[in-house]
Amino acid sequence: MPDGYLPIFVFLPVAILFPVVTLFVAKLVRPSQPTPSKLGAYECGIEPASNSRGRYTVRYYIVAILFVVFDVETVFLYPWAVRYKQLGWFGVAEVAVFLAILIVGYVWAYKKGAFEWV
Amino acid sequence: MTAFYTGTDHFAVLPALLLALFGCAVLLFEFVLPVGMASRRALAALTLAGEGFTAYSLYRQHSYLSSQGWPALTAFQGAVTIDGLALAFNWMFLAAAGLAALISYRYLETEGEHSGEYYGLLLFAQFGMFFLASGTDLIVQFTGLETMALSFYVLVGFLRGRRRSNEAALKYFVLGVLSSGLILYGFSVLYGISGSTKLSAVAGAVAGRGAGDPLIWLAVATLGAGLFFKIAAAPFHMWAPDAYDGGPTPVVAYLSVASKAAAFVLLLRLFLGPLAAAREAWQGLTVMVALASLAVGTIAALSQDNVKRLLAYSSIAHGGYVLLGLVAGNARGLQGIVVYLLTYVFMNTGAFLVLVLLRRGEAEGNHIDDLSGLMRRSPAAAVLMLLFLLSLGGLPPSSGFIAKYYIFLALVESGHYALAAVGAIFAAAGLYYYFRLVKTMFGGRELAGEPLAASMGTRVAMVSTAVVTLGLGLYPEPLLQLALLPVKP
Repeated sequence: MPDGYLPIFVFLPVAILFPVVTLFVAKLVRPSQPTPSKLGAYECGIEPASNSRGRYTVRYYIVAILFVVFDVETVFLYPWAVRYKQLGWFGVAEVAVFLAILIVGYVWAYKKGAFEWV
Repeated sequence: MTAFYTGTDHFAVLPALLLALFGCAVLLFEFVLPVGMASRRALAALTLAGEGFTAYSLYRQHSYLSSQGWPALTAFQGAVTIDGLALAFNWMFLAAAGLAALISYRYLETEGEHSGEYYGLLLFAQFGMFFLASGTDLIVQFTGLETMALSFYVLVGFLRGRRRSNEAALKYFVLGVLSSGLILYGFSVLYGISGSTKLSAVAGAVAGRGAGDPLIWLAVATLGAGLFFKIAAAPFHMWAPDAYDGGPTPVVAYLSVASKAAAFVLLLRLFLGPLAAAREAWQGLTVMVALASLAVGTIAALSQDNVKRLLAYSSIAHGGYVLLGLVAGNARGLQGIVVYLLTYVFMNTGAFLVLVLLRRGEAEGNHIDDLSGLMRRSPAAAVLMLLFLLSLGGLPPSSGFIAKYYIFLALVESGHYALAAVGAIFAAAGLYYYFRLVKTMFGGRELAGEPLAASMGTRVAMVSTAVVTLGLGLYPEPLLQLALLPVKP
């Protein structure tokens, strides 16, 4: 067994007990006055219009995928920016290759009309 | 600071770089070219050009290694290794992808689903396979596996208008992701016991623990289950008949030979690499899976009327034979595996190729009745199909006979007489369903309709698969030389 895992094993029961205990204690002390609006699904204070498991257009999916691509891109760019001086030209070349691959995907998605919201 | 990207690194991954480059080029070229048949031809030609350049860079690696007496060329601090095993399998993937590209043109025209993405995904899948064959680092191998698998999920569902194709892709995706998860779990255990993702370091840790260790058992069980899924070995074969039936036929030809071979090379890298020290842990498991594959593949194929499903079950059985080569465990067994998979590339692609010819207009060409009377309608196609079926059945003078011969020879030499006998019985039973097709082709009622026409690419693929299948059966020397590469010190 590698060392340094003791805090995790201490933390594990604490993490399990904390929500259980708080919920239980809250149940003991809180007043119980349920009303229909309290029992409804919470959607930012607006009354729910329909079932949340309904169908929605596939365009949201495309947008989400594109977002993930560029989100991950920045995840890789930050460490490079921090280590820019040490990595030197090698880092520039490496990031250029990385961005070139993403740009191919970007151009492809753009030409395929993934950014058009009809 | 160590050099990040040396000349050796470049030399080692050049084939994969070319594949990625041409894959991206095919994707983008579609937008530059005008819409039309000539442009679609240009995309196919560009793909084949990419395969040509990749072939040349593989040839350079091959001649360099052979001039040096077959050392293992390591690159990226041991993450990528170019050795005989990697080269033998990369030649296989190249042949499979090239043939798939050749036979796709007319099929995609008939289906009206012709676009650059198809060829791009074909190349990206091969890119992933390259790293399965030459990766010696768990991360590199897993990335390669996923690159290949994700490309194949999309390719299987490429016929968007067809329910069957969509269903096949979804089934393949769900089960494929499950198997990838299992493999990743096995990798995490290997990493956990060794503290390194390099196979050489993992090997030391596995040898130190021995085969009886529970963690080794866990790693073998999860890796085995995941990889047997990818190979489509019973009892993890459920996705194969549906995926083969629903997917576009050229893709299925590619999937059945290349992704199987790619999963096998990963299995060999792991089980004959770091896990070789724990042979007792996986020997029995592999024997059971191999026998189950032979039984399920052979028995289920007997009652199939859909030729693509029949070939799917036959491919499950073929996976069983190849696993028997791994069970034998000697150098002859490894040679037999490479011989088998290499000949399988040509004979199985050839059989699917004839199905591609049958797909025209409204005729789907998947049912056994579509083959009826093919001999009178199109003698060349019927004779070729006969040759490929003979080879799949393992009869001389085709190369399939050499392949089965080597597997059985390896089993006998390593003392597994019972397994060799069982394998031979299933091989004989397999002949029945292949000859059911032959009987329909030569004896069945002739179907109305014009004789089959083949495109230029299909003709080239027909001739090359036939020449290789028959030629290597009559003169197997080059094949055996290539298969010796992984065994070389």
